[in-house]
Amino acid sequence: MSKIIKNLKQFSTSNDRFEGAHLLCPGCAHSIIVRELLNCTDDNLVIANATGCLEVCTAVYPHTSWDASWIHIGFENAATAATGAEAMYKTLKKKGRLKDPDKPVKFVAFGGDGATYDIGFQFLSGAVERGHDFTYVCLDNEVYANTGGQRSSSTPRGSSTTTTPAGKVSYGNKKYKKDIVAIMAAHGAPYVAQVAPNKWKDMVKKYQKALATEGPVFINAMSACTTEWKFPADQTIDVSDLGTDSLVFPLYEIENGSKLTITYRPKNIVPVRDYLGVQGRFKHLFKKENEHIITQMQKDVDKRWEMLQRREEAGV
Amino acid sequence: MEYKGWDQVEAGAVLPSFEDKNCDVVRQKQEDRNYAQTSSYTASVADWRVFKPVFNKDVCIDCQNCWVFCPDTAIVSRDKAMLGIDYDHCKGCGICAEVCPTNPKSLIMFFENEENEEVLSKWPEKKKKEK
Repeated sequence: MSKIIKNLKQFSTSNDRFEGAHLLCPGCAHSIIVRELLNCTDDNLVIANATGCLEVCTAVYPHTSWDASWIHIGFENAATAATGAEAMYKTLKKKGRLKDPDKPVKFVAFGGDGATYDIGFQFLSGAVERGHDFTYVCLDNEVYANTGGQRSSSTPRGSSTTTTPAGKVSYGNKKYKKDIVAIMAAHGAPYVAQVAPNKWKDMVKKYQKALATEGPVFINAMSACTTEWKFPADQTIDVSDLGTDSLVFPLYEIENGSKLTITYRPKNIVPVRDYLGVQGRFKHLFKKENEHIITQMQKDVDKRWEMLQRREEAGV
Repeated sequence: MEYKGWDQVEAGAVLPSFEDKNCDVVRQKQEDRNYAQTSSYTASVADWRVFKPVFNKDVCIDCQNCWVFCPDTAIVSRDKAMLGIDYDHCKGCGICAEVCPTNPKSLIMFFENEENEEVLSKWPEKKKKEK
């Protein structure tokens, strides 16, 4: 039973289930993404949280920011914890040992990009393969932000991080970003989507669809990081806007592993250069000798957008 | 609240959010809930702020953009109307002032030590659009 949310005014009557005074940086997009997930449903939630910024900042002893059942688990196995709880719930329901068996319960796992793309990938893959009924949300800030900004396999090419610093000899990270959405769709998950916090309505719609879908669901959420992307705290939404409008983060969904739908088409497509220009981690790319990286990036983004559009048309 | 020492904390500890076990989170408003001392709602991060947002009710159109984009649940919005800012939980990031669509803005960032009444009395005038 999902809540009907027609507009922002109606959405704002939701009673918040994610409390303030957590210790995430001012302007962090993580809490915007998490808050919307908790507010978009009336169902009970069971949340598993992998180690990462979200976990260390929302459960600092002696406080918790969650008004839902929440468990912190190791770096790698948020998906496993959520699926374990789900399996137990199903068994107890079958045996008739639940106090309130008709009340719907949803199982959600949160992980950062390090916990999803790298460390927890095998566990996530296994959970999706087993076909448990849960939703995995990856908060993708493209770097290991919690431990001081080491590169992860989500870090885009040309980004300067503490383990791939840009300087005289290097232009930063040399490897390309892993296309996690395509990988999860290839598992045959019934619903896979990419969301961004600046498009709140698109995000709520996808969350509600994800929670209503039976079976494993993967959602990749762009989470602009003020500390590691190096932009002022009040610019989070503007940077996210540039990310979606320049198509670096296209918003789309894939159903049943094949049916691709683009959910947001920007009216004015912004050059990738504008998106890179507002972030300190790409500052060095604007030097003369690194300009070719930007040109290459623009080409890659255009190619990907072309591919997505063609796939949508073909419906395969 | 009494803090426990490192050797007194039990392994696998549970932190309850509410005093009352049957709290109906979905239907109860924040002010009606009986929060436990272990909920971060009872804590404050007000000392993080350098700039604070000030809310001008006269200009606000209740669009709720600030509510949805606030990362710290610090915008108090009840029955589709924006009421004000929860200064205990606001960290002063400035997103609310950035996304405010009115002209002049109904949320503006000021230095933490300025008085709200004083600032409200000299609110900027409506700006004409530059052509």
